[in-house]
Amino acid sequence: MDTIKLTIDNREIEVPKGTTILNAAKQMGISIPTLCHFEFKGMDVHNRPGGCRLCVVEVAGRRNLAPACVTECMPDMVVRTNSMRVINARRTVLELMLSDHPNDCLQCAKSGKCELQALAIRFGIRSNPFVGPDHAQSSYQIEVSPSIIRDMNKCVMCRRCEMMCNEMQTVGALSAIERGFPAVVSTAFNQHLDHSPCTFCGQCVAVCPVGALTEVDNTAKVIRAIVDPSKKTVVQVAPAVRVALGEEFGMKPGSIVTGKLTAALKALGFDYVFDTDWSADLTIMEEGTELIGRLTKYLGGDKSVPLPILTSCCPAWVNFFEHQFPEMRDLPSTAKSPQQMFGAIAKSYFAEKINCKREDMVCVSVMPCLAKKYECGRDEFKVNGNPDVDFSITTRELAALIKQANIDFTKLPDEEFDSPLGESTGAAVIFGTTGGVIEAAVRTAYEVITKKPLPKIDFEELRGLEGVRSATIDVDGLPLNIGIAHGLKNARKLLEDIKAGKCNFHAIEIMACPGGCIDGGGQPLHHGNGDIIKARWEAIYQADKNMPIRKSHENPSIQTIYKEYLGEPCGHKSHELLHTHYFDRQTTVEVDLNK
Amino acid sequence: MASYKYHILLCGGTGCTASESPKIRENFQQILAEKGLDDDVQVVTTGCFGFCEKGPIVKILPDNTFYTQVTPEDCLEIVNEHIIKGRKVQRLLYENPEDKKHISDSKHMGFYKKQMRIALRNCGFIDPENIDEYIARDGYKALASVLEQHDPAATIDIIKKSGLRGRGGAGFPTGLKWELCAKNAADQKYIICNADEGDPGAFMDRSILEGDPHSIIEAMAIGGFCIGATIGLVYIRAEYPLAIHRLQVAIDQAREYGLLGKNIFGTDFDFDIILRYGAGAFVCGEETALIHSMEGQRGEPTFKPPFPAVSGYMKKPSNVNNVETFANIPVIINKGWEWFSSIGTEKSKGTKVFALAGQINNVGLIEVPMGITLREVIYEIGGGIKGGKKFKAVQTGGPSGGCLTEKFLDTPIDYDNLVAAGSMMGSGGMIVMDESSCMVSVAKFYLDFTVEESCGKCTPCRIGNKRLYEILDRITKGNGTMEDLALLKNLSTVIKDTALCGLGQTSPNPVLSTIDNFWDEYVAHVTEKKCPAGQCKALKQYVIDAEKCKGCTACARNCPVGAIKGTVKMPHEINQELCIKCGTCIEKCKFGAISII
Repeated sequence: MDTIKLTIDNREIEVPKGTTILNAAKQMGISIPTLCHFEFKGMDVHNRPGGCRLCVVEVAGRRNLAPACVTECMPDMVVRTNSMRVINARRTVLELMLSDHPNDCLQCAKSGKCELQALAIRFGIRSNPFVGPDHAQSSYQIEVSPSIIRDMNKCVMCRRCEMMCNEMQTVGALSAIERGFPAVVSTAFNQHLDHSPCTFCGQCVAVCPVGALTEVDNTAKVIRAIVDPSKKTVVQVAPAVRVALGEEFGMKPGSIVTGKLTAALKALGFDYVFDTDWSADLTIMEEGTELIGRLTKYLGGDKSVPLPILTSCCPAWVNFFEHQFPEMRDLPSTAKSPQQMFGAIAKSYFAEKINCKREDMVCVSVMPCLAKKYECGRDEFKVNGNPDVDFSITTRELAALIKQANIDFTKLPDEEFDSPLGESTGAAVIFGTTGGVIEAAVRTAYEVITKKPLPKIDFEELRGLEGVRSATIDVDGLPLNIGIAHGLKNARKLLEDIKAGKCNFHAIEIMACPGGCIDGGGQPLHHGNGDIIKARWEAIYQADKNMPIRKSHENPSIQTIYKEYLGEPCGHKSHELLHTHYFDRQTTVEVDLNK
Repeated sequence: MASYKYHILLCGGTGCTASESPKIRENFQQILAEKGLDDDVQVVTTGCFGFCEKGPIVKILPDNTFYTQVTPEDCLEIVNEHIIKGRKVQRLLYENPEDKKHISDSKHMGFYKKQMRIALRNCGFIDPENIDEYIARDGYKALASVLEQHDPAATIDIIKKSGLRGRGGAGFPTGLKWELCAKNAADQKYIICNADEGDPGAFMDRSILEGDPHSIIEAMAIGGFCIGATIGLVYIRAEYPLAIHRLQVAIDQAREYGLLGKNIFGTDFDFDIILRYGAGAFVCGEETALIHSMEGQRGEPTFKPPFPAVSGYMKKPSNVNNVETFANIPVIINKGWEWFSSIGTEKSKGTKVFALAGQINNVGLIEVPMGITLREVIYEIGGGIKGGKKFKAVQTGGPSGGCLTEKFLDTPIDYDNLVAAGSMMGSGGMIVMDESSCMVSVAKFYLDFTVEESCGKCTPCRIGNKRLYEILDRITKGNGTMEDLALLKNLSTVIKDTALCGLGQTSPNPVLSTIDNFWDEYVAHVTEKKCPAGQCKALKQYVIDAEKCKGCTACARNCPVGAIKGTVKMPHEINQELCIKCGTCIEKCKFGAISII
């Protein structure tokens, strides 16, 4: 490989051609401040607009300062990252940025995790010459949607959200509008997010360096539900939460904290602490049966069967195809997501068991996801206006609750989930990452179709973090073609292929977030560190290995509910409680040109 | 072919069109028809003559009579006197301000004497909507010879040797730019004409497109051939409807003549031109922003490299040149690089078009050889300062440029000298200011423009320019401090040092150059709270000279806010707290006792 020799801060270094000054300096232990720059290693995500200008450095022979994040090293370049000219420029730029920022750190959701705040601390900003009655501040309306709060007064125009929305997710909800001082990231024609193609995947929130994009915080509502003596509170926890929550308490990424998590939820005072993994097993029973049904019909000669079957667990993905591919909405499985299956069962089967009226039960979900907040508010998941799941909170919100309650999380003794909606299998926990849902489905479908035990339970060929993957599983002579995509950009590729008739998959699993739920919009912030995602990913499969039962159909509690209550998978009662339908939500914007 | 005794050339530029030149044409035609002269006299609508101060212009050939400020009502007299009786209409001739004598031939007029028209060679001579008139003046000859020779490298070499530099502002050598793009192999390349003229007051690109659109088409085809592009794109602002119309007519005619399309001049070279409209954003004159805008993206610049020559429009190698740059190309090919490079200074060859504006007698569009001094431009071509006032400064380079003072009047104008003096060539705006201009307000005016036109992508330009404006505003209102002046200097330097594109990197120039050249004026604003030019309203003080005041009470009676107190026949006084600086008192005072300090 071609290498380049250059001098940075009086030290020589040799780097591969194409290396930026920023990365070369990093190799030498020099940390150049950045803000807009964002690289998510291993996920092919790059944001390099070169817009914030905080990373400027002095390059000998150059008239002006160079942005280190986009300037490539050149042979014999002489770079100064810390001259007073550079420090003065960075400081001034930072003062400018702070002069158009509300600086209400005390109440800001990002306080303590804010990259702008960290820079202000690093530069020791104590006063600002650009703040005062003569100096304007941006003033945009704060917008609250079901999942995301947009407070654009805090926007620093790093454009990370825009990059995630357009390049990673190809959703196209967010883009810069206006110019000059009023320039800001918004939706087309400044429409409310609800009226945009936003899927509420929350990847914009996950990368926002400041408090401009945050999740709708439901922690206060949860506290009030717990203290209300007339309510029975039931909580469920999604699979990916247990491999990420520990990070909020300083634990190593990839720590599996299922037992501590359960203990914390009990300590918080929830009446019943259950597991979304339980309903993930239920999802496999329903979705797997649907897959087998469609496949059997297809193989029996009925070519009108909608194939490939697409998974439907991910609410952002559901929003995506409803907005962007509504004509293909007969393809996804009609099975509800595990969150919604749980809610439906909790407020029927379980409510009956404990003799609690639906209205008196508050069902809370802890999710790695922002779209789940939107999902539980959808009308089709309500009975007489009462939602199956009342509030969804993120992993981050749960951590905040635990901290508020003085619970020393790392020292908690492990506890078990309550019964009966707390029992689960290894097949359920892998729902938390890309490839997991389809692997769980295959484990069950194989045994149901062949009536033989699986020769090997781990389907390595379905695992990985590449954006689009495919594998053919030999189901006792029947080749089952499986596609997997994560990140909506990759989902779009597969959908375009299906549309063009270039797709021979029988089943496709799609998760909206890169990496799947382990990197959901509600997870602890990873700041672009791909190693964190890798650690969570490995932990998910470790959690699977740790389970005594690893196939959904072997979950005794699932077997019981079919016996006691549901009858059979995809049966009448199941359809009523566990299946849904989809809508055409193609966005049309009405613009009043007279305005 | 018809042969006419007289040609009446009539300016059809945007300015004269707004001053009823279409009506003048109509009147001429009607009168000529009534008198049966329409076979002898041809009325031609041409492009801009440049002398906009005295428009609408009518020029009569063959005797080169140059009539100024012609109205539709003057047509009858011109026909009766000039055409029929052969007598010039004296009152419509240009009056030499020095000896008050009428000048009939424009080449004897101070405004034209020192001009040298290369880019504007056909403006004011030909009917831009008639391809034959362009061809008659050697039009498309350069393209023919380039295609006949069929050696792109040789043609690029000619442009390189000519020393032509980009006329859009930065002055990058055109031949080198072509060479860089030609080197990159690709299945498709594009040659792009930047007609997004945005400097306040500058209108040379518009005038060329309105007056000589075929020269751009020809030059783009030559450039396309040299770099290997078969498609040309013109990015033109939608606010230029006349230029768009004329360019479209010219493109249609060129297609009809086979000068655009397949196998031009029987060679294997195919080339065609597409128009793309801009919404009038200043930043879209920056080539990467321009390309994004053409692609349907947000018009904002991106970091270079990659340069457009590597990855431009639709990620294909592209070459962007400004209108005026293109207008020079065919002449260079026809007359040779030796001829072109003999004009101008060592590092700036050829001519430059300037839009002369401000407090100057002869406002208009001029083309002068590089190396001419500012003094020659302002005093000889421009006819000096209006109203005999004193020259204070000249602003060149538009919002990116700086203000030059008297000490630079004898500096030869070229790219490098202007930069060394703290300004720049820019696209050729030249605004002359007299002693009544407040330089803090001038800087504020330009910042107001840049604040409006910043795309908002990078912090220093988005927020920094706004802060610069706010500080300047504070100073002009008398609320500035010496710390503000230090803040202005530091902030300006940082913006120049850190902004992403040329817009931001040059936007503080008006502030820095006025601080450098007019420091005392800034200090007066902040320490004495006075505007030496008397322009900043908030700093004006109306005072009554007790010696001159007769106590007639006229001022006090007319003051709308009751700020003037005094007893009859005794000197009056103005309460500065209450005074709104409306000026009524000065108007009413019969004794000249009230003045502004």
